[in-house]
Amino acid sequence: MNATTLPTTPLLEVLDLHVEVNGKPILKGVNLTVNAGEVHAIMGPNGSGKSTLSHVVAGKPGYVVTGGSLRYKGQDLLALAPEERARAGIFLAFQYPLEIPGVNNVYLLKAALNARHRHLGLPEVDAFEFLQLVKSKMQRMQMPESFLSRGVNEGFSGGEKKRNEVLQMQVLEPTLALLDETDSGLDIDALKVVSNGVNDLRSPERAIVMVTHYQRLLDYIVPDQVHVLVDGRVLLSGGKELALELEQRGYDWVRAQDAA
Amino acid sequence: MNAAPGITPTAEDGQNALDRAVGGTYRHGFVTDIESDTLPPGLDEDVIRVISRKKDEPQFLLDWRLRAFRHWQTMQEPAWAYVRYPPIDFQSISYYSAPKQNKDGPKSLADVDPKLLETYDKLGIPLHERARLAGVAVDAVFDSVSVATTFKDRLSKAGVIFCPFSEAVKTHPALLEQWLGSVVPHTDNFYAALNSAVFTDGSFVYIPKGVRCPMELSTYFRINAANTGQFERTLIIADEGSHVSYLEGCTAPKRDENQLHAAVVELVALDNAEIKYSTVQNWYPGDENGVGGIYNFVTKRGDCRGHRSKISWTQVETGSAITWKYPSCILTGDDSVGEFYSVAVANHHQQADTGTKMIHVGRNTRSTIVSKGISAGLAQNTYRGLVKILPSAEGARNYTQCDSLLMSPTCGAHTFPYVEVRNPTAIVEHEATTSRIGEDQLFYCLQRGLSQEDAVNMIVNGFCKAVFKELPMEFAVEAQNLLAVSLEGSVG
Ligand SMILES: Nc1ncnc2c1ncn2[C@@H]1O[C@H](COP(=O)(O)OP(=O)(O)OP(=O)(O)O)[C@@H](O)[C@H]1O
Ligand SMILES: [Mg+2]
Repeated sequence: MNATTLPTTPLLEVLDLHVEVNGKPILKGVNLTVNAGEVHAIMGPNGSGKSTLSHVVAGKPGYVVTGGSLRYKGQDLLALAPEERARAGIFLAFQYPLEIPGVNNVYLLKAALNARHRHLGLPEVDAFEFLQLVKSKMQRMQMPESFLSRGVNEGFSGGEKKRNEVLQMQVLEPTLALLDETDSGLDIDALKVVSNGVNDLRSPERAIVMVTHYQRLLDYIVPDQVHVLVDGRVLLSGGKELALELEQRGYDWVRAQDAA
Repeated sequence: MNAAPGITPTAEDGQNALDRAVGGTYRHGFVTDIESDTLPPGLDEDVIRVISRKKDEPQFLLDWRLRAFRHWQTMQEPAWAYVRYPPIDFQSISYYSAPKQNKDGPKSLADVDPKLLETYDKLGIPLHERARLAGVAVDAVFDSVSVATTFKDRLSKAGVIFCPFSEAVKTHPALLEQWLGSVVPHTDNFYAALNSAVFTDGSFVYIPKGVRCPMELSTYFRINAANTGQFERTLIIADEGSHVSYLEGCTAPKRDENQLHAAVVELVALDNAEIKYSTVQNWYPGDENGVGGIYNFVTKRGDCRGHRSKISWTQVETGSAITWKYPSCILTGDDSVGEFYSVAVANHHQQADTGTKMIHVGRNTRSTIVSKGISAGLAQNTYRGLVKILPSAEGARNYTQCDSLLMSPTCGAHTFPYVEVRNPTAIVEHEATTSRIGEDQLFYCLQRGLSQEDAVNMIVNGFCKAVFKELPMEFAVEAQNLLAVSLEGSVG
């Protein structure tokens, strides 16, 4: 992607990335460049490698990078542990958020924010200010305060878990946010609430990469670019209209185009 | 022994004098040298006489010790627990050494091993307690001494008796004679019999009728108990309608020369009384290679003798090379309640075989068992529980939840829940889970920026929450820190 060299370093640069899981190739040469201030959408059929890509960017163990490179602000991401990537500003909203029984939701949030503060050389958050902050974000996400003291995602409904992911994101204010199907399982109203939550974060310093199956989300969070990931490769990229076109023509059309 | 409510401190005074007189005559009855501070290794009746004499004990107590010893000699060391250790030579142990003065200890905190202080810091041990724990010479720790005096005043105003066992022998012999061995008889089991024969000290608590003990006996205990020896004896009696919360042990690493520990704890709750007994045990577990470490064989039992009485055991066990321990409740009184909440951590080469027994005798008795076992390294962690419903226990109920968390592929968790129901109206429920610490959970936390260490601690603490919430507040925090220290670097 050096053809489109910009004056600034891209926030995320994925170059010819090859990844295997248990010896099985999943990503087969992915290229993707995300600049600060941009919103990208990644679409593609089930099993095409979308979650794999976001996991590899976040540093989840179990994936073997067999080729290519991964850079964040020009830095080799593969050299960083997952927690270092998180502290450097990478946030992944999980497709399937994990339950951690017995651990207060608010406790995890505070530990996470403090970890980031330490990384930035800031003092630990003041308990009172922190609570004020979280409460205001919860209001924004229309989450009742009772969620603060519940176990992390423990017994949350599918939609509540997604909302909780975006709440965490709002509190942590990442530089690069990866949203893996955050819109799946949300009701119509929740989709708006969550979209507003994501849009709050749009800024010239940040970037958002969202994986979705539904073009509807893109009405709320309008992307700068749409990419289609098929069988471990980005076969097609374009503007917002690409999502509409996909919806009409399906993925076979993309495959046919690539074959052509 | 039958239920015998209604002990009053006044009734005991006459008896007290009598006992003392009896003990006094015996004082001249034998000749073994009692001047030396430490007895040579070995155990026979003379040794027991010396111990009793050194403690200035009344005759009944010596007789009781001797009966225990004679019985112990007929017993076999139990072999059923899931623990392995070389045979213990009971004749190679010295059964008495005078409580050491702290004269030889460090003169101030500045002289204490910085590593030890660092651990205190991690555990969040209050500053004023660190000096005592580190064994700093007593007169340098006047802060805590004055604190202790204040506590003593408040307790005696409430009529609460709380003193070292050896003191109770002199000041309240009648109470002792009435209750000692009434829950754990001197014949009970190998280690209890041994303890009965040779125990050197411990604690005695009596809460009078209708009294709510004005403070957690924890704080006081932590400031006072030192050198109770390897055979410790605790007796707590909660008279009708009284309430007490007792905290034993300490999160600070406890150094001890003695490898074998065999304590006995007896609790008695009369009508409407409640005893809450919390333990944090952090004895030396041995090094990473399994060398050294304390063998801890404990008998703890509570008798809910009165109607509507309640006894609740909460324990956090992280120490010792071998732990053999089953705090139990006998639910004699109708509508009485027994509870057992336990976190047992075993790391490296530690072996823990622990659990509880709930014996339902009375009608509508209820018991709850929540056991959380955490295994790491090469450790073996066993839960062994018995729920027994006798024919008389009409309408009895038990709920047992038994969870194991595995931190490494090389450790082991074992669960032996025995259930014996002899009354058809009883309801007994059992739930058990075993899980490996979740890779995905861990990654979720790392992705939020937590360090591996913090993530593990958080998940483990979440796992233990149902138990920690039963601990007194300030202790729960320390217990959490203790868990973190015990499991440092243990995810594999
Ligand atoms: N541990 C594993 N072992 C073998 N195959 C795996 C493993 N993990 C993932 N895969 C496979 O990798 C492929 C890509 O999975 P991924 O989760 O990235 O798909 P996705 O594009 O996110 O799909 P969806 O839209 O359904 O979420 C799938 O075929 C999946 O079965
Ligand atoms: Mg996916």
